[in-house]
Amino acid sequence: MIPSIPVDPERRQQVAAALRAVLPARAVLADPEDTRPYECDGLAAYRQLPMVVTLPDDEAQVLAILKVCRDLDVPIVPRGAGTGLSGGAQPLADGVVISTARFNRILRVEPYARTAVVQPGVRNLAISEAAAPFNLYYAPDPSSQIACTIGGNVAENSGGVHCLKYGLTVHNVLRVRVCTIEGDVIELGGDSLDAPGLDLLAVFIGSEGMLGIVTEVTVKLVPKPAQAQVIMASFDDVATGGNAVASVIAAGIIPAGLEMMDRTSSRMVEPFVKAGYDLDAAAILLCEADGTALEVAEEIARMTEVLREAGASAITVSQSEAERLRFWSGRKNAFPAAGRISPDYYCMDGTIPRKQLAHVLARIEEMETTFGLRCANVFHAGDGNMHPLILFDANQPGELDRAEAFGAAILALCVEVGGTITGEHGVGVEKIDSMCVQFGAKELDAFFTVKRAFDPGMLLNPNKAVPTLQRCAELGRMRVTGGVLPFSNLPRF
Amino acid sequence: MQNLVEHFQELVRNGRPLRIRGGGTKDWYGQRLDGDVLDTRAYTGIVDYEPTELVITARCGTPLAEIEAALAARGQMLAFEPPHFGTGATIGGAIASGLSGPRRANAGAVRDFVLGCKLLDGKGDVLSFGGQVMKNVAGYDVSRLLAGSLGTLGLLLEVSVKVLPRAPREATLVFEGMSEVDALRNLNEWAGQPLPVSASCWHDGVLALRLSGANAAVDAAIRSLGGAHRGDLMPDCARFWASLREQQHAFFDGDMQLWRLSVPSTVGAIVLGSPQLIEWGGAQRWLRAPGDVATAERIRATVHACGGHATLFRGGDKSVGVFQPLAPAIGRIHERLKAGFDPAGIFNPGRMY
Repeated sequence: MIPSIPVDPERRQQVAAALRAVLPARAVLADPEDTRPYECDGLAAYRQLPMVVTLPDDEAQVLAILKVCRDLDVPIVPRGAGTGLSGGAQPLADGVVISTARFNRILRVEPYARTAVVQPGVRNLAISEAAAPFNLYYAPDPSSQIACTIGGNVAENSGGVHCLKYGLTVHNVLRVRVCTIEGDVIELGGDSLDAPGLDLLAVFIGSEGMLGIVTEVTVKLVPKPAQAQVIMASFDDVATGGNAVASVIAAGIIPAGLEMMDRTSSRMVEPFVKAGYDLDAAAILLCEADGTALEVAEEIARMTEVLREAGASAITVSQSEAERLRFWSGRKNAFPAAGRISPDYYCMDGTIPRKQLAHVLARIEEMETTFGLRCANVFHAGDGNMHPLILFDANQPGELDRAEAFGAAILALCVEVGGTITGEHGVGVEKIDSMCVQFGAKELDAFFTVKRAFDPGMLLNPNKAVPTLQRCAELGRMRVTGGVLPFSNLPRF
Repeated sequence: MQNLVEHFQELVRNGRPLRIRGGGTKDWYGQRLDGDVLDTRAYTGIVDYEPTELVITARCGTPLAEIEAALAARGQMLAFEPPHFGTGATIGGAIASGLSGPRRANAGAVRDFVLGCKLLDGKGDVLSFGGQVMKNVAGYDVSRLLAGSLGTLGLLLEVSVKVLPRAPREATLVFEGMSEVDALRNLNEWAGQPLPVSASCWHDGVLALRLSGANAAVDAAIRSLGGAHRGDLMPDCARFWASLREQQHAFFDGDMQLWRLSVPSTVGAIVLGSPQLIEWGGAQRWLRAPGDVATAERIRATVHACGGHATLFRGGDKSVGVFQPLAPAIGRIHERLKAGFDPAGIFNPGRMY
């Protein structure tokens, strides 16, 4: 845990007064009692009281906040619902938080154009709910979608269990309207395709709030599949399960969802959700088809055949929507389930080339012995994004340090086999040091080029996501304790 | 191959402007062609292709045809259907030009499929961004920024691209005697339904609609759309879509300049007094027009007013500006990016703006 830095009361008074001069009183919080709820996001091990919190509800207010911060040289931390897991919204003792909590209106749903125009504080699921009467929905579905906001999704390039087929945020956002730190309002992307010039929208999405403040987002809506069905397949060993995934892809099928759990995970979640998982299987694969009834039937038949040939020891196909949701419930509740059986846990988010799965899982198993800690593995098998959950007890001397070292070793392994340290949770403050493992000095320098192109004064969410070279040189580790996470009852991953 | 990279680095360090060129099939595209030719064609070869990982990695000079053949052999494809515009087109040129083919509105653009790259920047350094995995949020997504950058930020040495399986079935319905207004309305309405549409082309009262997907889905769509709107199946439809992608359709014949109008698909008929061909469900409209300044200004203003932008795609007097001018604040960001990646302004000077 990094120590919390005290807020300078004089500076706070100065900045709060300047903000109150240009904003409605309710839009500025400076009393520690009011700012306390903003001291962390989903990465709760890191707590820091912000100097001031602002709650703008329109673009003019955002511009006014940016001007005050620019004039007084105050860093800014944007914040959506605060469900992020990498500390991207962690406040600064000398900084202003811009919360989108009141900036949360759905401006239009346009069924004919298949788009929705929303403010950044709109919840992910609320978009799909608003589009539902037209049989449309917003495809990216991070497991925290009941709470997380579209602004946060843009910042993190959020995925979901259906992103192999339907894409990530970057594939489903058509336009963002952004206030720059220099006081301009710019539009990236647009209502037409392939905007002129460099693709700034592509680089903006996933930029962790470091390039500008989003005030409006146009998302793509897609027709809702008429139905979905899921296959639950058991495998006697993990390698066979991994190969079965490859066989499905090789057969020319892109399933709507393709998820794997190891035995530790299925035994962890089964008492919690009673999904009916095969607890003897070394790995369970969930393989979903969606579309019209005929399409689903055709694809389920093909996938069943492929999985059987690939050596599945048991295959069950969901026979009702209730059963389909039950099969998924265990997978979606791995996070809360880990919280039930272990005082703390450390969730990793690396991505690997899928062919490396068996090798990586074997190495993680060896690490369990080396570090003396258990690890449950849940895996977005379709796209190689793995979420090892390292189980530990922070109250046992030494376990924290071992969990940290274990996590760092897993991320280094992901990079070693050709993968990445984060597939969908972002770097934030949590993985900033692991960036030094993945990128060299020249790439980091190029990231700063991008940063300075949008934010020459480096005021937006500073010291997140991209480490300085000095920091990499000093390289220290950080940790996460899961047991104290807010939203711990939310389904995750 | 390492020697070649060193050769490229030497060219950069010489400090003279360089014009990156692969097969030279798109030399006509963009604002200006300046500098000594940096020929990428010797830097060739598929570095890695794992069909089950849905990723191919290739050096920039690899012929697009070679990549497409390798993918076809495993039943896969580049879903953004890049146009070649001549023999010898390379993957580097396809990514850098950012041009997508008939499937764009349904499958996505070039940038949607770029996963990673190696870049030689204007300082002569080789940088690596992204990777060979689908999900990667470590650092800014520089790889996608390079798609469509027209080589202005550096030389794309190597690129990793997501590939997709070909659909089990593909068929094309042709609707004769359908007006522009009816075609646009139908295309937008169909796009809101779970139909396996993968391309569309309207011109001169005829709408062609390609369907790709599971057998059951394509058959059902043929029955419902073909029945309701009296559409007939087009024989040998693969050839039609390839000719459209390569602009070998008769609409593209002749010397009159060609404008590409990118507009919201829902915009009705855009009356500019010249023949048009409509793709991408209404989102891309091609226009033949005489090449004078007044016409150019009228096209830009009309398209801008309906929420789109116009590119002087081919032919004509480029002094009117090939690409739609940028808002000043966005232009400033472009200049800073250019100055950061290519401080001496070596790569493709003036190709974009």
